[in-house]
Amino acid sequence: MLNRENPYLIILALPTFIVFTAFFILPIAKLVAIGGSGPNGMAEYLTFITKARYLESLISTVLLSASVTLVALLVASISGIFLERNRFFGRSFLISVLTFPLAFPGVVIGFLIIMIGGRQGIVGAVSNALTGDRWVFAYSMMGLFVGYLYFSIPRVILTIMAATEKFDIALEEAARSLGANRWQVIRDIIIPQLFPGLIASGAICFATAMGAFGTAFTLATNIDVLPMVIYTEFTLNANMATAAALSLVLGLVTWIALYISRSFAGAGVAAAG
Amino acid sequence: MKRTRAFYFSLAFTLLVCAFLVIPIIMSMTAGVTVNYFQGVKSGLTLRWIIEVWELYSETIFLSLMISIACLAVTLVLGIPTAYVLAKKSGRVARIIEEFLVLPIAIPGLAIALALIIMYGGFRDFRSSWGFILVGHVLYTLPFMVRSVLAVLSSIDFKTLEEGAASLGAGFWTRFFTVILPNIRSGILAGSLMVITLSIGEFNLTWMMHTPLTKTLPVGLADAYASMRIEVGSAYTLIFFVMILPLLAAMQAYGNPKPKNRKEILTDKLKPLSLRNK
Repeated sequence: MLNRENPYLIILALPTFIVFTAFFILPIAKLVAIGGSGPNGMAEYLTFITKARYLESLISTVLLSASVTLVALLVASISGIFLERNRFFGRSFLISVLTFPLAFPGVVIGFLIIMIGGRQGIVGAVSNALTGDRWVFAYSMMGLFVGYLYFSIPRVILTIMAATEKFDIALEEAARSLGANRWQVIRDIIIPQLFPGLIASGAICFATAMGAFGTAFTLATNIDVLPMVIYTEFTLNANMATAAALSLVLGLVTWIALYISRSFAGAGVAAAG
Repeated sequence: MKRTRAFYFSLAFTLLVCAFLVIPIIMSMTAGVTVNYFQGVKSGLTLRWIIEVWELYSETIFLSLMISIACLAVTLVLGIPTAYVLAKKSGRVARIIEEFLVLPIAIPGLAIALALIIMYGGFRDFRSSWGFILVGHVLYTLPFMVRSVLAVLSSIDFKTLEEGAASLGAGFWTRFFTVILPNIRSGILAGSLMVITLSIGEFNLTWMMHTPLTKTLPVGLADAYASMRIEVGSAYTLIFFVMILPLLAAMQAYGNPKPKNRKEILTDKLKPLSLRNK
């Protein structure tokens, strides 16, 4: 039956193939070529290592994304395991609240961080009342960190909850009955079981943070995170070759992270923002 | 189950996280209807900012709606057949194609937008129409449609269903439209909600690809945040929240299609008996 069906299947797949080739594969191929067409040729792809400014921005973006990932994993593990394990009044409401920001564009998240840590933000108002000092952090690395955390927590928490669902409760009960205390149970039973889920959601979180543009666009007027550097090279300096090369290297980093995630978890979770 | 100290600690922690996510949302919603944000709610409530946003930016809202619906139409036409083909073909080629289809999610929007501008920026009419933005949105949302449909297809035994229909004399197209499509409704619905929501909120691609005449909602938002007073930005954000909220609620209700086969119904019945302290 399958072989006779092949012509039909080709007809079904053809439109996607055409659209995808015309609007994705060919443009990206051209981008690769443009990246190598500047005065430096293909060496443009090495500017990451040779030019201090790009290297610094790459390092700070990686550090920012990695620390956001670690904190998001920790926060989401505590809340995710808690919500999956316990049934209480208002539980599903809390889950809705925690996953609500999934669909916010990066710019909106940037604006929400301004609400928290901007010049008229709530943190500033509280610190002003307490110490007489208005604490404004929205436009610094700290603001970016909080913003990235804001969109990372909802993404990670869903994966953690799904992973917790598959836990083998019997293992924990056995450990407890053998006299293990809470920390030993967490260290020897919960974390090893959660590990694949942590790696998978951590990789998605990291990839999203690396490529996040909207939040950085609202907050990082003075910070050189990689997406902002690419944007500036393209719009202000009209430096096509560098912008193309940098964005492709960024794409490669995020793709590798997502590839790791999928080999650990099978199906991935939404990466947007 | 007895509530332990650990329970209350985790509950308090989770409530703190919720507060972190919700407080700024409430603040911005309030600011959008406050006369003077700097003085606070006591300065009075007003719809003035909402009206101002409507006058300045209503076109961006309609454009976003139009693009998201067009994007849904295109991803349905492209995505459903693609998912079906991928479910049928399990060889290496199918897996490579799947990997390619996911690439637009992995590669930052910035890079895709750059690539599209470099390739098609020369076609002035196309570049300045909303169709150009639509192309970007389709690339970005198509993987989500394919994946939702594929998830349902791989959870039902569609091959047996098809064989049954074929043995009764149904041709390929009859089977596709009357057997396959009705059986993957839940996946199509979940995918559609995802596509609409993502398209309305898309910023990374759109910011690079838009022209002054093709501003979408998130582009308008960025514009308002940068150049308008905070009340206007907040009112605009409020409108965005009101638009996106029903979609998110629908996604929570239908976004995780779990088609029940016999095994699952059985485990559902057995669940209360199991040891899980849920």
